[in-house]
Amino acid sequence: MVDIPEHLLLRSAEARAKALGISVEQALAEMKGETEPTVVSKEPEIEEAPAAEVKEEAPAAEVKEEAPAAEVKAPAKKVDSPEEVDFAPEVKVTQRLLTVVKAKPIQKSVSVPVDKVNTWPHLMLPEFIALMAMTAFLILISAILQAPLLEEANPNITPNPAKAPWYFLGLQEALSYWDPQIAGVMIPLVVGMIGFMAIPYVDRNPDNNPSKRKYAILMYTFFLAGAGTLTVIGVLFRGPGWNWTYPWIDGIWFDDLLDWVNFLGDGH
Amino acid sequence: MQKLSFREKLKDTAVGVGDSLKGSAFWSSIFRPGSPFRKGYTDSPRNRSYVVMNNVLYHLHPVKVKRHGVRLSYTLCLGGLSFFLFIVLTITGIWLMFYFRPTGELAYVDIQALQTSVAFGSLVRNMHRWGAHLMVLVVFLHMSRVFYHGAYKAPREFNWVIGVILLFLTLFLSFTGYLLPWDQLAIWAVTVGGNMAGYTPVFGAQLKFILFAGLEATAATLLRFYVLHVLFFPFIIVIFMAIHFWRVRKDGGISGPL
Ligand code: HEM
Repeated sequence: MVDIPEHLLLRSAEARAKALGISVEQALAEMKGETEPTVVSKEPEIEEAPAAEVKEEAPAAEVKEEAPAAEVKAPAKKVDSPEEVDFAPEVKVTQRLLTVVKAKPIQKSVSVPVDKVNTWPHLMLPEFIALMAMTAFLILISAILQAPLLEEANPNITPNPAKAPWYFLGLQEALSYWDPQIAGVMIPLVVGMIGFMAIPYVDRNPDNNPSKRKYAILMYTFFLAGAGTLTVIGVLFRGPGWNWTYPWIDGIWFDDLLDWVNFLGDGH
Repeated sequence: MQKLSFREKLKDTAVGVGDSLKGSAFWSSIFRPGSPFRKGYTDSPRNRSYVVMNNVLYHLHPVKVKRHGVRLSYTLCLGGLSFFLFIVLTITGIWLMFYFRPTGELAYVDIQALQTSVAFGSLVRNMHRWGAHLMVLVVFLHMSRVFYHGAYKAPREFNWVIGVILLFLTLFLSFTGYLLPWDQLAIWAVTVGGNMAGYTPVFGAQLKFILFAGLEATAATLLRFYVLHVLFFPFIIVIFMAIHFWRVRKDGGISGPL
């Protein structure tokens, strides 16, 4: 047997002594098995806990749902015919049924079962295949297409045109139309960062079915088309002096794509 | 007695060695119960759960996922591919760091030497560069797929916000890397981009000064971009990715079905 630490024993002895109205020493002795335990002979106050009362206290709706009244009544009837009760009939009732609390969660939880599958292999295998395909694709284009390396950086020779990386070229194109303060900073920063972050808080339509969010889809598609068009113009249709050029006539003025262009046809 | 050919004997030996290796305490200390590499693995529902549960991947994947979520056509695996591209870029990037010194005199020369006299130098550089472009594209496509699915709606609003941060971090990573080859393309692209930042109202000039470590793109800018590119932004993006993935699970897994 495990030895119970003295201080814990003492603590529970105190609690017991308080509960039973005896001295701490006696409680301790009882707990150690040195004296007979004190028997609590408190009369249960309501032996004849009437079934009817139970029925009254339980909300009517729930009684109907679960019909607990019937269940409670049943044992009461049985007591009338003592020969049927063949186990512990003498037991004193020390507790009574106040109400029947229906077991239901405090929070509303969705009880619709979700159709699920095992992650292994149904998710991890496709993931692995996607990963392999991507690697193969990357190695393939890297073997075919050479990344550009022009002459060494020279701050004194400005190439014409000087172009930003492709993902900023839509912006650079926009910059050529509007006041730079609007195009260069307000658009990417305000529209881009803050605006995009705000989308979930602005769009309060709870539906995610495309047919019920036509406006949102229209807006995003409009944005995609706009950004895409500006980027394509910036990459392919702008030459020296940011003048309009046609890639099939004047060639492509975008050195990042030099090898792609040479691969497909010939550059400028 | 039947005589075994050399090949058969070799095969028997190999199988025997394999079996005793798999049966060894060392082997089973590596592969936990349920691992397909463990001796005696059988394909059972219990083991399928163990494969995930007893695996480091449990940090990323739950044991079960919604059926529609594994249809390739739902996520197109775009988030996963963004993450995977980031890993490929980290590996190739660390490899490149062995051959690259970020100074005005050496950066360009090092890239040239990398392409001409380092085994697979050109291939790895190309992978890093095209991979970076691809990552920007894939992250953007991932964002669009999330939008078209309305997957940013409650309770996923904040994961979208984290996503936007990830998008910008991806752009910053790509942009800071763009300068490193120190050729005409690099310096002028960064000059154009940095000048755009200079148009910021109120503190534009200060912002540009901090970005360039001076008034224009110089060797000081190169060092600054290098540190941002190989340490600062990767560090930050990993933290945000961790939160992003954690939120995907805490928000109840993948959204939908539509
Ligand atoms: C470095 C960039 C990013 C990585 C590595 C990444 C990774 C992931 C992954 C692995 C998932 C799981 C589902 C899936 O594959 O589609 C996911 C979901 C999600 N991502 Fe991203 N993500 C990135 C950027 C973004 C961006 C730019 C946004 C939006 C602005 C975004 C918003 C979300 C949202 C809202 C989900 C939950 C989607 C759902 O439940 O259907 N993420 N992300």
